[in-house]
Amino acid sequence: MSDTSNPQPSNVIEVRDLVTHYGPREILHGINVDIVEGEIMVIMGGSGSGKSTFLRHLMALQPPTSGTIKILDEDVWNLSQKELFALRKKLGVAFQGGALFSSMTVGENIMLPLHEHTKLDRLTMEIMARMKLEVVDLSGFEDLMPSELSGGMIKRAAVARAIVMDPRILFFDEPSAGLDPVVSKQLDELILRLRDAMGMTICVVTHELESAFTIADRITVLDQGNILFVGSVEELKKHPSERIQNLLNRRSEEAEIDADEYLRRLTGDKEEAEGMPR
Amino acid sequence: MVEKSNQNAAARFFDRVGRISVASFDEVGRHGAMLLESVYWLVLGPRMNQPVRLGSIFAEMMEIGVRAIGIIGIMAAAIGAMLAIQGIYSLKIFGAEGHVVLGVAFSMVREFAPLITGILVAGRSGSALSARLGTMKINQELDALEVMGINPTRFLVVPSLIASLIMVPVLTFMSMVLGLYAAALYVNAALGMSLAAFFDQTIDVLSVGDLTHGIGKAAIFGVLIALIGVLNGFLVKGGAEGVGKATTRSVVQCISAIVVTDMLFALVATF
Repeated sequence: MSDTSNPQPSNVIEVRDLVTHYGPREILHGINVDIVEGEIMVIMGGSGSGKSTFLRHLMALQPPTSGTIKILDEDVWNLSQKELFALRKKLGVAFQGGALFSSMTVGENIMLPLHEHTKLDRLTMEIMARMKLEVVDLSGFEDLMPSELSGGMIKRAAVARAIVMDPRILFFDEPSAGLDPVVSKQLDELILRLRDAMGMTICVVTHELESAFTIADRITVLDQGNILFVGSVEELKKHPSERIQNLLNRRSEEAEIDADEYLRRLTGDKEEAEGMPR
Repeated sequence: MVEKSNQNAAARFFDRVGRISVASFDEVGRHGAMLLESVYWLVLGPRMNQPVRLGSIFAEMMEIGVRAIGIIGIMAAAIGAMLAIQGIYSLKIFGAEGHVVLGVAFSMVREFAPLITGILVAGRSGSALSARLGTMKINQELDALEVMGINPTRFLVVPSLIASLIMVPVLTFMSMVLGLYAAALYVNAALGMSLAAFFDQTIDVLSVGDLTHGIGKAAIFGVLIALIGVLNGFLVKGGAEGVGKATTRSVVQCISAIVVTDMLFALVATF
């Protein structure tokens, strides 16, 4: 962890007994996670493990069925709308596809949070936007439209927008997805730089092992809606659990075959197979 | 065996009817909720440092209204001329061509101007709103707004709603004037009636009530177009195909809502 001066850093995010459903299907089955100030927490898991849903909860985008999510000591779903807005100003998110507004230039995209939340004049906002573009190595690109940028540039511009309000917590959704290894490495370096230079707490959802091992202070492994592991990279690598070793060595799980279930799936008996993913 | 399959078919039919009814009520409810939420943000937004920006409203007025002037003007003129042509043709049977002004004025101001304006704005802007919001949704731009502490309803919906509420009546008024002018030109050519005489008669037969009937309807159409367009965009699922479906659905729903509301409005207003 970077912040060694503080012997007991406080939790910036506390998740307790988080349960969530999509329709009748339970996605997360009672998750407990703490994210400590100044750390880079990587959330890993295969497809369908519930990690994207978990991230949506951490960003306060989706209320859970039960359980509590505390961000910066505030119980997110017990806040008034005004308090939630105030809290959200302290969060930044770089989405998987960048989520830049296509009708605005890169500079306008970055200035949008400043424009909406502050009373700064245009010139100051432009200077701040250029400063953040410098941080992500995109200086001089402020007048381009998002459609004129490459995949890696879009992600970096999205990071610039996410950090423009100097958030306390920064979320990354699959930062390496769709990028070549070189650009992906640059983005990893950027994430480390943001933690070190700005002291942000960073939460990254990814399924890229290499990237996770490079940046993580701690890793949370989600599997089928449960937490399989929380700990450091070294602890993860040495963990005796077969499921974790399968994940690390990219071995697919041998699914247990239930003959009756298999027959029901084949014959398409809907009532019997209720709740099965179809 | 046959009896059982009939029972099953009947059960499926009622099941389907039930589901469609529930879904329809659900959708009407969502429109109501969206309208209430928009009013909420318009009134209480400034207190939460989330004001509706005047600049966004003007930008939407430009898109929904000003850019539609050309096509709506042409359509309104064509309809005005068509009404004059048909009016003279049918009134000729009774030798009463001179009364054509009465028919044209009433039908243009009370009916055709709001209807054609509503339908054209629905086709242009209702679909565009759905496509824009739908694309924003699948690109996670709506989530990005939410996380930035910017309410999407306040930021995207309210400006469109207000712009549509203002511009559809304004465009309707323009349609009335252009439609009547085109009719006047045809009547002048066909019957030799001067433009001044045409407009004198028009002002004589029309009351303020007729004008407010047309403009009032247009305001309702404006709200319906924005709400339907926005909601279909917000409900997009499943990528680019979903955006396409939402756009089509939005136009069909907008035009259906306009025609049905038009009929109900006429019924209530003339009771």
